[in-house]
Amino acid sequence: MVNLKRKSPPGKKIQLMATCLCDAFFDDVAKATVEVLEYLGCEVIFPDGQTCCGQPAFNGGDWASSRKVVRHTVEVFRGEEPVVIPSGSCTAMLLHGTVLEFEKETDRKQVAELASRSWELTDYIVNGLGINEWPGKFDAKVAFHRSCHTRGSCSGETSLQLLNSIDGMTVVPFGGGEQCCGFGGTFSVSFPNTSEGMGKLKIANVMEAQPDILTSGDMGCLMHLGGLVDRHNKELQRVHIAQILRDALQNGGLIEK
Amino acid sequence: MSVQPIDRYVERIAPDVQTAVMENSITATQKRHDALFGDYEDPDKIRRIAGAIKQHTVEHLDRYLPQAEEKLKANGVKVHWASDGEEANRIVFEIMRSKKATKVVKSKSMVSEETELGHYLEERGMECVETDLGEYIVQIDNDHPSHIVKPIIHKNRQDVARSFEREGLGEYNDDPEVITHRARKHLRGKYMEADVGITGANFVSAESGRMLLITNEGNSRFCLAPTKVHIAMVGIEKLVPKDRDLSVMLNLLARSATGQRLTVYTEFISGPKSAAQPDGPEEMHLIFLDNRRTQVLESDCREILRCIRCGACMNVCPVYRQASGFAYRSVYPGPLGAVLSPLLASKFADYADLPKASSLCGACNEVCPVDIPIPDLLLRLRDKAKVEGIKSPGTPPMGMWATMASKPVLWKTALSAGKMMDFFPKSMIPVPAFQAWYKKKDLPEWHGKRFRSWMANRPNPKKNDQPEASEK
Ligand code: SF4
Repeated sequence: MVNLKRKSPPGKKIQLMATCLCDAFFDDVAKATVEVLEYLGCEVIFPDGQTCCGQPAFNGGDWASSRKVVRHTVEVFRGEEPVVIPSGSCTAMLLHGTVLEFEKETDRKQVAELASRSWELTDYIVNGLGINEWPGKFDAKVAFHRSCHTRGSCSGETSLQLLNSIDGMTVVPFGGGEQCCGFGGTFSVSFPNTSEGMGKLKIANVMEAQPDILTSGDMGCLMHLGGLVDRHNKELQRVHIAQILRDALQNGGLIEK
Repeated sequence: MSVQPIDRYVERIAPDVQTAVMENSITATQKRHDALFGDYEDPDKIRRIAGAIKQHTVEHLDRYLPQAEEKLKANGVKVHWASDGEEANRIVFEIMRSKKATKVVKSKSMVSEETELGHYLEERGMECVETDLGEYIVQIDNDHPSHIVKPIIHKNRQDVARSFEREGLGEYNDDPEVITHRARKHLRGKYMEADVGITGANFVSAESGRMLLITNEGNSRFCLAPTKVHIAMVGIEKLVPKDRDLSVMLNLLARSATGQRLTVYTEFISGPKSAAQPDGPEEMHLIFLDNRRTQVLESDCREILRCIRCGACMNVCPVYRQASGFAYRSVYPGPLGAVLSPLLASKFADYADLPKASSLCGACNEVCPVDIPIPDLLLRLRDKAKVEGIKSPGTPPMGMWATMASKPVLWKTALSAGKMMDFFPKSMIPVPAFQAWYKKKDLPEWHGKRFRSWMANRPNPKKNDQPEASEK
């Protein structure tokens, strides 16, 4: 995929792509993202016309539909500011997927331009802003699920770097860490049995490590795993990494609760 | 909601088959990892070099194929060209007939699976014995291989012991060593009786015309030592430009396939036996098989022709691990097969569902020794299916969603309306994708637009002219 080591342009005004999942289900994750970025001195702009990165149709194989959505997204996020996204998957869509489906399109330049400004949240914090340690406090044993769409990008490393640096936090490894959780967007509904089998394996591996919290940079994975955990009456708390970063700041008295 | 064939297969797979595939795949993946990362500081760098060599090769086949042909001929090898499987099989048959040969010993070769050579010859009265232990077991069981490197990854040793007992190869005994000894004893006899040895080739060097054959059982050597005629059937993409490229390929192939530094036997074959050699075939043929590979070359999925058939992508693939190789209904399973099988098929539509059988997790690309961007190719094939109007079960329609997601007013309305979901019994919501989800797992509470109103109504959003918070 992509492995960019970039620095962010100065100015610290950023555009937030909240992602459709946060727009529909996980408002607190988007909120935490804003609070974390503002703590770092960023001015967060939320372009109101935003919808989705276009990935569902892209992965579903309907590229014409996907391009329609991507064109809208390119329009909505015009400007020079970095676009920060609390999702490795949506970021991969912008960095790589859009470029692939626009290979033969005349407006591929505009799409590539948005790609060049797109950042996954922890990548932006560490590589964009140069923050190497996370302040505050969070007493917990966490399992970090490196979502698959961060393969080949910096985000797996940057997430782990931040988590490991938090006072009180222990990141516990678990078996089969490189394996997909089975979400895969439309895959989870067009291959429900396969997806379920993969999810159950992931949950068994995670639970064997006995973490207090399962975290990830992608709500898609956590929604899928969480749905299985709840359906089978298991106990496993799921928290997005933005929420962990925000809560650490709160626990350390660095921002208000 | 109708279900994808591969998912249906997962639903019904026998638990012991699934366990065997899962366990063997996990072990193989671990071995590969240890072998590569134990020996190389940055295996990814080597994968990229190997990928570049193979990409260059497949893009310049017009140069390397004639070069290889010339060298092979100079080495005393007869070169044949087959445009499809039928033609390749016929060439083999004709050679055998001209030699009055009736008995073949065969070393493992995926192209011969592709052309179904064994059945072709048997239907015409020839005896064709597979000599790779795994393939031999497939043959006596009248089964199919479910993996390109480990054909019987789906079987356990008890299964094998029962098959041997049934075939009269001794009383039931599931000790792997006993099984291997029995197979060896039986196969030794077959080698000595055979007229022709058939193999594939892992690589052919365009520079020298050398064929490379690697095995762990040494069976390919036995196929060649006592027989008078050697026929190799090879896909046109199996070339490397130079002998020295083999060092990269061999180091990667063994480690990626089986976690070995080198396979037990690596044969460099440069032609029929010379006057100085006591044994070996007096006549050697090489059949270059196209079988739609040139069409693949013209497509936007040509990277798949880099493949060196190591099997690492299937070992690591979570879908393959759930589904087993049979679910792919074709010679090539797993991520490799999900790309290659629809492309090699006479009707793309028959296999257009295979590229959908992936969560696009990218693990396959991460382990592929020639760095094939398999997820990109799967995606291109999904788009191809859509553009060609091929219906696919289980895929939610995206047209309406796309309209909504490109019109903010509609989008926001939908965000508000979604709340209704929480007031209806979930089983009554008439959206197939929702039902497919809800059948298996819970859904979080709908919070549509909540973030938007928080963002719009909070009292003190940070502006850039405010003093910055401290950065530790
Ligand atoms: S696609 Fe890559 S990983 Fe899969 S069998 Fe071919 S070479 Fe090996």
